[in-house]
Amino acid sequence: MEGYIHSIESFGTVDGPGIRFVIFFQGCPMRCLYCHNPDSWKPQQGQKMSTEELLAKYERNKEFTKNGGITATGGEPMMQMAFLTELFAKAKERGIHTCLDTSGICFTPEHTQEAKQLAAVTDLVMLDIKHIDDDKHRALTGHSNRNILAFAEFLASHDVPLWIRHVIVPDWTDDAEEQQRLGYFIGGLKTLKALDVLPYHDMGKVKYEALGMEYPLADTPPLPKEEAARAREEIMKGIRKRLKSK
Amino acid sequence: MSMNFEPEWDGFEPGRWSTTSVNVRDFIQKNYTPYDGDESFLEGPTEATAQLWEQVMDLTRQEREAGGVLDMDTKIISTITSHGPGYLNKDLEKIVGFQTDKPFKRSLQPFGGIRMAQTSCAAYGYEVDKEVVDIFTKYRKTHNQGVFDAYTPEMRLARKSAILTGLPDAYGRGRIIGDYRRVALYGVDRLIEDKKHQQDTHFVRMTSKNIRLREELSEQIRALGELKELGTIYGFDISRPAKNAQEAIQWLYLGYLAAVKEQNGAAMSLGRTSTFLDIYIQRDLERGVITEREAQEMIDHFIMKLRLVKFARTPEYNALFSGDPTWVTESIGGVSVDGQHLVTKNSFRYLNTLNNLGTAPEPNMTVLWSTKLPSNFKKFCAKMSIKSSSIQYENDDLMRVTHGDDYAIACCVSSMRIGKEMQFFGARANLAKCLLYAINGGVDEVMKVQVGPKYRPVEGDYLDYEDVMDKYDQMMEWLAGLYVNTLNVIHYMHDKYSYERLQMALHDRDVKRYFATGIAGLSVVADSLSAIKYAKVKCIRDENGIVVDYEVEGDFPKYGNDDDRVDSIAVDIVRIFMDKIRKHHTYRDGVPTMSILTITSNVVYGKKTGNTPDGRKQGVPLAPGANPMHGRDTNGAVASLASVAKLPFRHAQDGISNTFSIIPDALGKNTVMFSGELDLDALKAEADSEAAE
Repeated sequence: MEGYIHSIESFGTVDGPGIRFVIFFQGCPMRCLYCHNPDSWKPQQGQKMSTEELLAKYERNKEFTKNGGITATGGEPMMQMAFLTELFAKAKERGIHTCLDTSGICFTPEHTQEAKQLAAVTDLVMLDIKHIDDDKHRALTGHSNRNILAFAEFLASHDVPLWIRHVIVPDWTDDAEEQQRLGYFIGGLKTLKALDVLPYHDMGKVKYEALGMEYPLADTPPLPKEEAARAREEIMKGIRKRLKSK
Repeated sequence: MSMNFEPEWDGFEPGRWSTTSVNVRDFIQKNYTPYDGDESFLEGPTEATAQLWEQVMDLTRQEREAGGVLDMDTKIISTITSHGPGYLNKDLEKIVGFQTDKPFKRSLQPFGGIRMAQTSCAAYGYEVDKEVVDIFTKYRKTHNQGVFDAYTPEMRLARKSAILTGLPDAYGRGRIIGDYRRVALYGVDRLIEDKKHQQDTHFVRMTSKNIRLREELSEQIRALGELKELGTIYGFDISRPAKNAQEAIQWLYLGYLAAVKEQNGAAMSLGRTSTFLDIYIQRDLERGVITEREAQEMIDHFIMKLRLVKFARTPEYNALFSGDPTWVTESIGGVSVDGQHLVTKNSFRYLNTLNNLGTAPEPNMTVLWSTKLPSNFKKFCAKMSIKSSSIQYENDDLMRVTHGDDYAIACCVSSMRIGKEMQFFGARANLAKCLLYAINGGVDEVMKVQVGPKYRPVEGDYLDYEDVMDKYDQMMEWLAGLYVNTLNVIHYMHDKYSYERLQMALHDRDVKRYFATGIAGLSVVADSLSAIKYAKVKCIRDENGIVVDYEVEGDFPKYGNDDDRVDSIAVDIVRIFMDKIRKHHTYRDGVPTMSILTITSNVVYGKKTGNTPDGRKQGVPLAPGANPMHGRDTNGAVASLASVAKLPFRHAQDGISNTFSIIPDALGKNTVMFSGELDLDALKAEADSEAAE
């Protein structure tokens, strides 16, 4: 099967455990204001590659990634669900660690057949929760977070290890009370393995300029690292509260 | 040679090194203590170290303010014994010795060429003493003069157009590593005795080859005598073996100092000394005569001296090498042929000088990397790399196969067995320019004159792959022959007029000589040929019909993306050119090798190489070493490294370098700050216990 690929990073060090072969899928339904890959939004573009081709590329240099594996990111990999599932299934056959970096937006709790097949061949999901509040999530990404949160619970109930990622954006996700709410939610995910809190950066700006697009957060300054560390503490408070209430 | 077990060796495990012959490797193997622990034992700088280093920083400031040179000798010709002792602060220095009678004063070394010495001085407002100039023009011939007496017009032209470039015909070739450890282990008297024995047992049939070797051995013996005298100048009797750690470091350093007093070589590398010296430090620590703090202090002072090696060089030389490098390369770590790693506590101490004295490019600390190195050492290297950006890594698993486990790196990548192998450094041929010569029938695209043979140039508007490859093959054939013969002249004259007698005295008699060649512009050539093959390349000619520019229509695979279509071209070029080099007679039966390693001079080469068919414009630097062209590797580091890794070491045995820059954040997350593993069970337990309270 073939899919649309935006690009490949052969030395990914921040997208999952170890050194990873990172595949950027083309196409994403989300329109996050701070997205730093707007060039990966439009579907049905980019390079057409087969699962075999991708795995052959991976195998060539697996010496580098033997403590890592493959990460599918994007764009939104789950937009090409059948292709993604086939890729991961074949990777698992070869004993390669599979990691999915997703927003979860393509999941619908009413139709879980495909998601179950994917979950069965996925070693780790890095789920990016943009906002815990549904209204603010809509404003920030153009979509409700209902299915995303449902996907988190779906993965936990199917024993898929989870890393939760959350970006702290000034004026958008820097409210301590909301951060605790987020923590309270993820504290209920029994397969939660890590929490990754990222400070907002504006390195995507140049891409918007190159694409002739207006950068929505032009007036938002990058967040100092220390602020992200503080936010992480707030989220941890929420997690502890949830655990205590059990 | 009769061998007694010397009293200074008390406590060492005997072996062939003590009973049979000069054999430092055997000494190391029998006596070193591998260290698997972490860096927690390391000590910071002592008061004396801090004070001395402050003095050095102050002198460095003064040197910068003075325009790059603080003081120069213009009258005293530098030899092993030419100067009285020099100190920073005699009371504080644990390891002593400078090239002249004071630090930061550059010595006068006219044997490579008097003109080079004069221009170096003139560039900084000094003038070489008239009498010295007289001696070296009227009475004593230099290496440079000898070379130009023998060069053909074609060689001069190829040098001028820079298709052959950086040739060591006006400066010292360097790249020879004396086994300075021998001075410490055996003492100079034993080494002289050994050399005499070598001379006594050599052929007596007087062929020119044998006469030359007999003369050289006499020179070596004389140099060793002067080395002993250098010891006396600083108040040491180095005729005997070193009896403790401080002496071992000092004896070894005096050996090295004698070499840099006599030779202003392009690379004056140190060898592989850390594990050797650890044996002495370990013995002293076990005897309780020194503390770890004192051990680190001695190493700090030793490294400080190596950082202060300075030569008088011209601004052009500095431009070629992007600075004023001395290439005091020290090889650290690696693995023995039996599989045991060679990391000792002293491997850590050397790297720790980057903490204690701050970061510095010299000495060029080179870690011989193996998957078998202990993980604590690997972690420490990574940590120090992130902190200092000053560590070079080389593949021990690859080189050990050829050189065993007691080799070292000269300059940046040239590997050789210490004391058993040496090399004739041969700079490089510009293969990118050679491709342009193939297209233009030997006419230089910048000088617009016929430099190469007048072959038929490319005709028509578009370049045809088969046609260009055919012409390129012939042009490389010409270049390889000219190149090897030019180097034959250079090394003949260097041996004759500027022989490295002290460094060769610290070698075995029958050394293996590598005849090193090199290439520049590999990635430009690979991409250009790929453009010709996979896209369409249109020629743009000037009024004289010389192709001076190219238009590339369409896209093509680029070297650096793990794409065999173009990587295979790079591999082919390396093999083809090396095979052409191999066809030729080499001076002193040197074994031909080739390097791909222009780490700094690629900038200058770019200026001298016209527009190329890959779309690169004249003046844009060639990529350093075997690197892909800047910005053309778009699939991340592993793909980029994989392309480079395809180049065959067998055909580029003098080394393949890849300059790799990465921002520390891209090497992984600072886990302390943002991300981190969560253990829900532990958190739950914690929450429960809080609730219970």
